[in-house]
Amino acid sequence: MAFEIREPGLSTTVQDQGRIGYYRYGIPQGGAMDQYSASLGNRLVGNTPAEAVLECTYIGPRVVTTTDAIVAVTGAPVDVFINGMPAPQYARLALAAGDELRFGVIQGGTKYFIAVHGGIDVPSVLGSRSTYPIGAIGGFEGRALAADDVLPVGAPIDNGLPVLSTIAEEDRPVFSRDVSVRVMLGLYEHHLSPEGIDNLLNAEWTLTPVADRMGLRYSGPGVQWREREQPFGAGQDPSNIVDAGYAVGSIQIPGGTQPIILHRDAVSGGGYAMVATVISTDMDLVARCAPGTKTRFVAVTMDQALEARHEHAAQVAKIWS
Amino acid sequence: MTQQSQARYTWGGDEFLFIEIAEGMSLEANFISNSIANALEAKALDGVIDICPANASLLIRFNPDTLPPAELEQVARSLEAEVRASTRQVLETRIVEIPVWYNDPYTNETGARFRAGYHQRPEGNDLDYAAEVNNLADAAEFIKRHHESPWLVSMVGFVAGLPFLYQLVDREHQLEVPKYLSPRTDTPALTIGHGGCFSCIYSVRGAGGYQMFGVAAAPIFDPGQELADFADFMVFFKPGDIVKFKPVDEAEYKRIQAEVEAGTFTYRQAPVSFDLAAALADPEGYKATLLEALNGI
Repeated sequence: MAFEIREPGLSTTVQDQGRIGYYRYGIPQGGAMDQYSASLGNRLVGNTPAEAVLECTYIGPRVVTTTDAIVAVTGAPVDVFINGMPAPQYARLALAAGDELRFGVIQGGTKYFIAVHGGIDVPSVLGSRSTYPIGAIGGFEGRALAADDVLPVGAPIDNGLPVLSTIAEEDRPVFSRDVSVRVMLGLYEHHLSPEGIDNLLNAEWTLTPVADRMGLRYSGPGVQWREREQPFGAGQDPSNIVDAGYAVGSIQIPGGTQPIILHRDAVSGGGYAMVATVISTDMDLVARCAPGTKTRFVAVTMDQALEARHEHAAQVAKIWS
Repeated sequence: MTQQSQARYTWGGDEFLFIEIAEGMSLEANFISNSIANALEAKALDGVIDICPANASLLIRFNPDTLPPAELEQVARSLEAEVRASTRQVLETRIVEIPVWYNDPYTNETGARFRAGYHQRPEGNDLDYAAEVNNLADAAEFIKRHHESPWLVSMVGFVAGLPFLYQLVDREHQLEVPKYLSPRTDTPALTIGHGGCFSCIYSVRGAGGYQMFGVAAAPIFDPGQELADFADFMVFFKPGDIVKFKPVDEAEYKRIQAEVEAGTFTYRQAPVSFDLAAALADPEGYKATLLEALNGI
């Protein structure tokens, strides 16, 4: 079984739940940017949550399947066509050998996902099929898809298909142009002045087009740092620290101008002070934002972050029950 | 060192504990960070996912569903206290010789493309600038200082397999050079970079803000695991490794590249015990001890 890639789309990569445990070597976790949407796709086609899917960015691929295949398209709203005929999102779709899957214009967000029964069957590298283009590992030959690639699809999975064949409206992710992202202050937030913290948490920030799998950059009023003497090895700018590990989801503000949220393919460390971290539950939400999205950063406590985590886990469990 | 816990503990969201050993870089802080990392690794706690020792701090990824945050913090604090109380501060590690073509055409060409708006000193190259800000006579003098004393891998990260290197000399002899004013969008693979007091070896081609001094002749990241040194893992360096740069000329660089191409290249390396107290008490004398290990093979 295989998918023949007739047109690759803007940046289509193989992703799964990520490559966990190699961050200490500078190898990022990777994985689908919007894990919940990817998981819905895997559920619809009868996979386990761990199967690899295709992550499409704005412009998806044009794909022809070599055999019958069961697929689903989840994530950002987009027109789906099978042999030119409209097909629904968040629904199980049957393709016959030779059928062509392609996409229209995206209507929100930036990323949608193609799940296929059996999963995208590229070799697993360090426990994951996720693509890490900088290190040229994982995915299809360590890179985004190109025209004429032939992408292996896994053998059918024994356990059959779930009863669930569409995702109910209330279980679908929301793609909004106005979001509140929950963060935990911490790491180096004490380097910000009170006014700087006030700007971070109370101002409205706008997602810029400088946003990808590595990080998302926001414009807004900027922040101010406390005056301090820079320690040995840290560099001269008040936003500099002695190079340290970066938490995934942490927010750094180089020069104090534009906050950057580090996402799943970010560098694992560096010399910019992190001042807060997006809670694990809201990393998908950040990934769903299109440039121009108005964003507020709302401070929560560890207990609130864990509460949100449990609620989200319950929602995922409901889909998989 | 005192038994008192002195590090700063803080959370990077609900999945990361960050421990800042010290604000400034020092060999002692790095040693504590690595020792806590090793001690935590040895405990093999359920719920600890990734332990990332850095220059003067430590980042721990955990699963709060399995390991409550407060419990992890308590374990880390007690390990920190044990590490600070320990009288024997010796790291069993290795010293590796890294051949470097300093002042090479690849980094010079790239440097020349990123001058106006990127660099502090438009005239000359990064080595000329580094010599000037360190009050050294010329680039040759800077290169000599860069390779004659060994470096400790104080952190691995940024991108896959990139080592941060801290030179094993006293504070007054540290080579310090500001980073580029604005990061380049391109750096040749295996560039020897330097920013602040840290050198690095860029494991892959990509963006970078460190000054560029030369290129290493052999890979340090080998995803295909084709060379013998990568048989176990695609990343060569780990924190605690000691590096001795060896200057090579163009002919030697090309000879090594041919060996890499043929799949026969192996790094010259030797096991060594790194004794923190001895290294701090007499950096110059200790340097000779370390290099002896390498010369003995």
